[in-house]
Amino acid sequence: MAGKPKLHYSRVRGKMESIRWLLAAAGVEFEEEFIETKEDLEKLRSDGVLLFQQVPMVEIDGMKMVQTRAILSYIAAKYNLYGKDLKERAWIDMYVEGTTDLMGMIMQLAFQPADTKEKHLALIIERATKRYFPVYEKALKDHGHDYLVGNKLSWADIHLLEGILMVEECKPDILSAFPLLQAFKGRTSNIPTIKKFLQPGSQRKPPMDEKTLATVRKIYNV
Amino acid sequence: MSGKPKLHYFNGRGRMETIRWLLAAAGVEFEECFLESKDDLTTLQKGGFLLFQQVPMVEIDGMKMVQTRAILNYIAAKHNLYGKDLKERALIDMYVEGTTDLSELLMMYPFQPADKKEQHFATLVDKATNRYFPVYEQVLKDHGQDFLVGNQFSRADVQLLETLLMAEEYKADILAKFPLLQKFKARISNIPPIKKFLQPGSQRKPPTQEKDVPKVMKIFY
Repeated sequence: MAGKPKLHYSRVRGKMESIRWLLAAAGVEFEEEFIETKEDLEKLRSDGVLLFQQVPMVEIDGMKMVQTRAILSYIAAKYNLYGKDLKERAWIDMYVEGTTDLMGMIMQLAFQPADTKEKHLALIIERATKRYFPVYEKALKDHGHDYLVGNKLSWADIHLLEGILMVEECKPDILSAFPLLQAFKGRTSNIPTIKKFLQPGSQRKPPMDEKTLATVRKIYNV
Repeated sequence: MSGKPKLHYFNGRGRMETIRWLLAAAGVEFEECFLESKDDLTTLQKGGFLLFQQVPMVEIDGMKMVQTRAILNYIAAKHNLYGKDLKERALIDMYVEGTTDLSELLMMYPFQPADKKEQHFATLVDKATNRYFPVYEQVLKDHGQDFLVGNQFSRADVQLLETLLMAEEYKADILAKFPLLQKFKARISNIPPIKKFLQPGSQRKPPTQEKDVPKVMKIFY
């Protein structure tokens, strides 16, 4: 008996945000239970519901799923956002792993000490504009389709949009040399489910502020 | 026109080792092209062979695949080592991500600065014996079957074995409290293609020694 998926995490983006994006894009309503204190995390652990004592954890289809990639792969496959065959899957995986690497760098930025923050930000900008965005710009240029893989919306597109918006928060004009990514961003943002997720009042989370960072550090010992 | 898969990496374990294990377990012969210097990496990058300018890269079925997880997913699915349905896949993915997290901890040890090594070692032993191994021991105990998922050999078993052996290289008696994992290790090690891979002369790579670290750093940094 399947109800809505239930997400267990703190009220921040972190590793859960890509899962929120994917569920939202797939048009799947979900509930959230927020970890606000160390006691909340300890309770989940002592209840034995976290396979490796970690969150994200998503209750879905009778499972208590953990490990971000496992959860994302399951949702993508279940909602037909994972391509039509092995080769399309391979391309989606490659693209998604690339955007994961880029978003991972941005996630780390908040945790950098003040003296290395600037250097880290510069590295993010360099990687975005020299390593990652050129790949996606070229992919769109080569086939001329609206979507990255197989002429159909997939997890790769949703993940790329999330990544683009995250980098733009670091540097608003980051797409200036990437016309096709600008068009992609416009187009993908207008998909009804995604458009809804991008509006105020949705379950999309904002970037972390100093106060939230302090709380997260305390709860998770990071 | 596909011949054998061709692996591009340095002559060491790193992120390519899990791929070598999976191909070997699937009985797939493969070739290797080793990066010996930064120039070798630059040549690949300039030739446009590396999607994100990084290795591992595996030439397979007409693709130049990059990103370790993408490569592993493809090989597992192609060779029926990824479960029979979505739910088995989900379990396999969870187990595999767990062993990957532990493997990364193990892999990073030789690269730690001298003053951090002791702490890192303590952490990896603690996580192995308190967070990860108990999970797999419990899984095997609960269903009493030979393999982790679906009563069938899968990539989850291959990756767990790889990680168990790697952990034992750090602490020989690390499985002392895990009788089912000890039996699992023996059982999976005896599967013919894996047994072959564990013998001297195979393409399995030895652990990265302290003395190799500078060379690896020079290629990649």
